[in-house]
Amino acid sequence: MAVVKFTLNGKGQTLDAVPAMPLLWILRDTLGMTGTKFGCGMSLCGACTVHIDGQPVRSCVTPISAVAGKKVTTIEGLSPDRTHPIQKAWIEMDVPQCGYCQSGQIMTAAALLAKTANPTDADIDEAMRNNICRCGTYEDMRRAMHRAAEIKRAGGAQ
Amino acid sequence: MSAFAVDRRSFLRAGAGAIGGLLIGCYLPERRKLSANTATAGNKLNAWVLVGNDDTVTLFIHKAEMGQGTVTSLSMLLAEELECDWSKIRTEFPGVDRAYGNFQGVVGSASIRSSYVSLRQAGAQAREMLIAAAADRWGVDRSACRAENSTVINTATSDTLSYGSLAAAAAKLPVPADVALKDPSQFRIVGKARKRLDTPGKVDGSITFGIDVRLPNMVYAVVERCPVFGGSVASFDDSKTKATPGVKSVVKISNGVAVIADSTWAAMEGRRKLTIQWDEGKVAANSTPDIMKSFADAAAAGGPAVRSVGDAASALASASKKIEAVYQTPYLAHAPMEPMNCTAWVRADSADVWAPTQMQSPARQIAAQKCGLPQEKVQVHTEYMGGGFGRRGAVDYIGEAVEVAKSLDVPVKVTWSREDDMQHDMYRPASYCRFAGAVDADGWPVAWTASIACTAFGGGASTSTEGVRDNPYTIPNFAVDYHNVDPGIPVSYWRSVGYSQNCFFGESFLDEMAHAGGKDPVEVRRRFLAKNPRLLAALELAAAKADWGKPLPAGHGRGVSVVNNIGSNTVQIAEVSVQKGKVKVDRVVCAVDCGAVVNPAIVAQQIASGIAFGLSALKSGVTIKNGRVEQSNFHQYDVVRMDEMPKVEVHIVPSQAAPGGIGEAATPGIAPAVCNAIFAATGKRVRQLPIRPEDLG
Repeated sequence: MAVVKFTLNGKGQTLDAVPAMPLLWILRDTLGMTGTKFGCGMSLCGACTVHIDGQPVRSCVTPISAVAGKKVTTIEGLSPDRTHPIQKAWIEMDVPQCGYCQSGQIMTAAALLAKTANPTDADIDEAMRNNICRCGTYEDMRRAMHRAAEIKRAGGAQ
Repeated sequence: MSAFAVDRRSFLRAGAGAIGGLLIGCYLPERRKLSANTATAGNKLNAWVLVGNDDTVTLFIHKAEMGQGTVTSLSMLLAEELECDWSKIRTEFPGVDRAYGNFQGVVGSASIRSSYVSLRQAGAQAREMLIAAAADRWGVDRSACRAENSTVINTATSDTLSYGSLAAAAAKLPVPADVALKDPSQFRIVGKARKRLDTPGKVDGSITFGIDVRLPNMVYAVVERCPVFGGSVASFDDSKTKATPGVKSVVKISNGVAVIADSTWAAMEGRRKLTIQWDEGKVAANSTPDIMKSFADAAAAGGPAVRSVGDAASALASASKKIEAVYQTPYLAHAPMEPMNCTAWVRADSADVWAPTQMQSPARQIAAQKCGLPQEKVQVHTEYMGGGFGRRGAVDYIGEAVEVAKSLDVPVKVTWSREDDMQHDMYRPASYCRFAGAVDADGWPVAWTASIACTAFGGGASTSTEGVRDNPYTIPNFAVDYHNVDPGIPVSYWRSVGYSQNCFFGESFLDEMAHAGGKDPVEVRRRFLAKNPRLLAALELAAAKADWGKPLPAGHGRGVSVVNNIGSNTVQIAEVSVQKGKVKVDRVVCAVDCGAVVNPAIVAQQIASGIAFGLSALKSGVTIKNGRVEQSNFHQYDVVRMDEMPKVEVHIVPSQAAPGGIGEAATPGIAPAVCNAIFAATGKRVRQLPIRPEDLG
């Protein structure tokens, strides 16, 4: 066991954990933050995507020891009230079906939008092709991604 | 007071007792709290509708939600007649209760079909009770009152009373037996696109899926199961497991060894250190090549027809042009994004299970059986599912969790890893189909026979041949025989069931017959659907929207498929391009006649969804080696991704016919439409899935 300090959704977090324990299970089982999902455990599906220092990262293969001193943002911390442009666009376009992959999809999309103000279809394919959705919401996500860029340009939150 | 009202009361008492008795209610998510509040629990107007004193309307959705939109669509049916304020609606999943009929579950795309009338009636009954309560309060005849937007209006005085202010009184009134339902022309909600009620909670991580359930004192478990189907534990050594940080206990259950720990990860770590000797059993002798050969041998043996029209044998013998072909499909995993899981808490005299399940009634049954309790002592908490696709139509993972829970005095969440999920599924059956066909002197199909071999499940021969046996074409001589071969690989329902592989077989081979006779594939279908006006109309609509017949560049092609399943009719036209041995599906036009539509936006979603699901079957398959599944995770079982998803154009045929299903409507037609398009583009016929590079030239 080792003490790990990091920032989680803007607040300081200190916990005692097995250093190899993945961030995913710290979030879900230790901290009870279940918005981040378990899908594959091997960085193959993207359901567990969170931001570490602003970058999209697969929390299922990120040991908690690697998070020390970093800033972690999860779906719960993306916005306080579903007002991130990605969330607004996802609601407007009614994207989710079962919804299970959507936390990871939204975190991946938010990271893309943060670095690319006006993503092309090719940008979207590249950023999102490793996030699996079995319900097939892909085209709705693509439309929502473009809409989110519009919302952001028009001065939406963040 | 009528006997009916007394019955309702006794139901309400039972319902309130069940809720009050569940002491953990206060720990559960927001959506459960409303009915746990005894102040409003008495305001239940019937099994589906509860109006709070604060004007909130709680709709009890007795089905389950796996993405197909049931929560929203059933709420629309209730709200249409309830005349409530849509923005005040909340939904809950109730427990298993006779008030909802003898079976609760979501199978066969049947939720709308089984609720289309009954839920409008329930909404209307509740509305009439609220109107009667208002009439009583004003001392006027109820005919002087009408309901609108969660208020009752006195039409003589324009006075209003809110539903919340009437609910307690309304709940004491008898339930009216006969209520008139609106004519569809009067619908304000049903038939109109409406946003899903479950979207907000799915964009901020707040909605609770089964895997997200958390309870006080809960522990976590994983189970190591025999890698060979049907095998069992001979012996095991758990000494290293028990020394793993976080591991609490290890217990042998009927199908393996469970590791219980203080986190899912600790349980997984402990499981890696188990040493188990398995008694692998006889399935260990079976591998995919032998299995497919056993199917081929069975199909070659011939046998009695499960359906026969005309005299196919004679027509084949005397035809001027004959063709033959063999089609094959592999086992397929469901691979929903949320792996199987179930949380269970077993006590001496009662039990609770929290399950992301399509099958609430069978879930309660298996849980009761595993703990040796009467069913009424078991409470099933229906959780949102991260996909189902038929996998969650089985209850194996529920019974297993209850077995683990029996060794504990606290709740336990059993989580399957992706590898567990992929290697211990109940698969779409691998299937083999041998066709013969003939065209007449003018080139029109005149005879068609099929021999299908696969492992029977569900409805046996009927389920295993659906899609070929019951094809909608009036080809004059037709016969199908079926051969059940069971190599011990568990098989079950996979989104659209037998249609998913058999429509690939049949719609592809019909295309082969069209080309053999020098006919256009749409023209052949048009001819043999002449007596089926709904399919014919959908075919014409799809052909027009897809520009059927308009030339495409070299390397591009269009393919058509026609499917009638789950009470719905779909025609798909896929447009593909094939370059350097790679297929890209550029566009899919789908015309759908699913009868009366509740929410056209959800219909469109489900068509795209069914197509995405069916497309994945072109990419991957499950293979068996020595009784084990060779694939373990998404790197070996690839599925359709963002850059592979075609543009899907959905055209709904307006209809007031009885509603059909939609969740499984589009899955069967996409594989044949794409493979027929590949033939149009390249002249290469794909007869085996997944598509291999060598199939494309």
